[in-house]
Amino acid sequence: MEQLWSLMPTFWEGFRVTLLLLVVAGVLSLILGTVIAAMRISPVGALRGFAAVWTEVARNTPLTLVFIFTAFVLPMLGVRLPYIVLAFVALTYYTSPFVAEALRSGINGVPVGQAEAARSIGLGFGQTVSLVVLPQAFRMTIPPLINVFIALTKNTSVAGGFFVVELFATTRQLANDNGNIVMEILITAAVLYLVITVPLGFLAGQLERRWVVKR
Amino acid sequence: MSGASVLFDAPGPKARRLSLILSIVALVLIIAGAVWVVLTLAAPRESGGITLPGMFDGTRWNIFTDPEVWTFILEGVVATLQAAALAAVGAIALGIVLSLLRSSRIAWVRMPTAVVIEFFRGMPVLLMMLFILLVASTGAFWAVVIALILYNGTLIGEILRAGLVALPRGQREAALSVGMREFQSKMLVEFPRRSGRCCRSSSRSSWCC
Repeated sequence: MEQLWSLMPTFWEGFRVTLLLLVVAGVLSLILGTVIAAMRISPVGALRGFAAVWTEVARNTPLTLVFIFTAFVLPMLGVRLPYIVLAFVALTYYTSPFVAEALRSGINGVPVGQAEAARSIGLGFGQTVSLVVLPQAFRMTIPPLINVFIALTKNTSVAGGFFVVELFATTRQLANDNGNIVMEILITAAVLYLVITVPLGFLAGQLERRWVVKR
Repeated sequence: MSGASVLFDAPGPKARRLSLILSIVALVLIIAGAVWVVLTLAAPRESGGITLPGMFDGTRWNIFTDPEVWTFILEGVVATLQAAALAAVGAIALGIVLSLLRSSRIAWVRMPTAVVIEFFRGMPVLLMMLFILLVASTGAFWAVVIALILYNGTLIGEILRAGLVALPRGQREAALSVGMREFQSKMLVEFPRRSGRCCRSSSRSSWCC
């Protein structure tokens, strides 16, 4: 037990990097995903096509492959960035289509009459979307979005295989160095992940119950 | 909304022209980017004073003429397919069991199942593989298979449960009123009749882990 306690500072270092990955990649993919979702419903056909291709390609590529590209191929192309920044890029690229799809399903859930009413009183595309459709779509979108971020939390562990010392890489190293308490180390790591994911899942459930639109 | 078309009118000549110009510009940019990537990778590389051949040079690729490399790759592909097949069967079986336990009427069955599901759902599958590999020392292949079964089984269980919850109450009430037991109602009525929509999402989402 004392031995496990003495490892806590190392765990904390890894946990902080995992949180950093989650927050930065989460915010970036939220921004990128919103842009993609907006393109997906836009009046310009070219933007719709681009967004559709981006969504299908990005979410059907294995995350490990995306990481291989950012960690090995990008440096070959002359991109000199720290590995954690490359991990941000990979996670954002992979997560953005899931955010876009969650937003789009929320937008599709708004009854047609709402948009028709907005159009009929003379609102344009931008006004219809930003004033009428999106505010109603967001409450339906938040629970699925939280699920996307839960998945992102678990996906950050892949960065541990690509030179980013986050919780999973830390755990693997600690388990190698302390052969006598492997089980305790792995359980601690699992608990640290659950500390992030379980409250998020609980929040998603609560919001879903509170914000369910009764129609 | 059934389609995005309610949000705007059918594109007129101006919008169509804009769309066409954007398509052409984007296509040119993408092609230019691809050409630049290929040329950069094909150029000879300097590394610590030594000039290495480019990425598309024959000397970098002739490893694939070695039949041993191909047997090695083939072994990997076969192992991947085996692991996926075993994990798929196991995960579906586990998912069915978990969804039934999780929607049980008996609290001391339902509650522990919920805790177990939350536990396996909330941590990375990589960590689970490491756990099984180091603690149970099963060997790498079975560590992967068991971790995938546990992780995807809980996901499939939750998807199936959502299908059970979405079923109209009348189905279950009717089954109970003709004298079926709880378990008979679950197995003979509710489970076969649960919404078919859930199957589509399980085929894609859960295998990306």
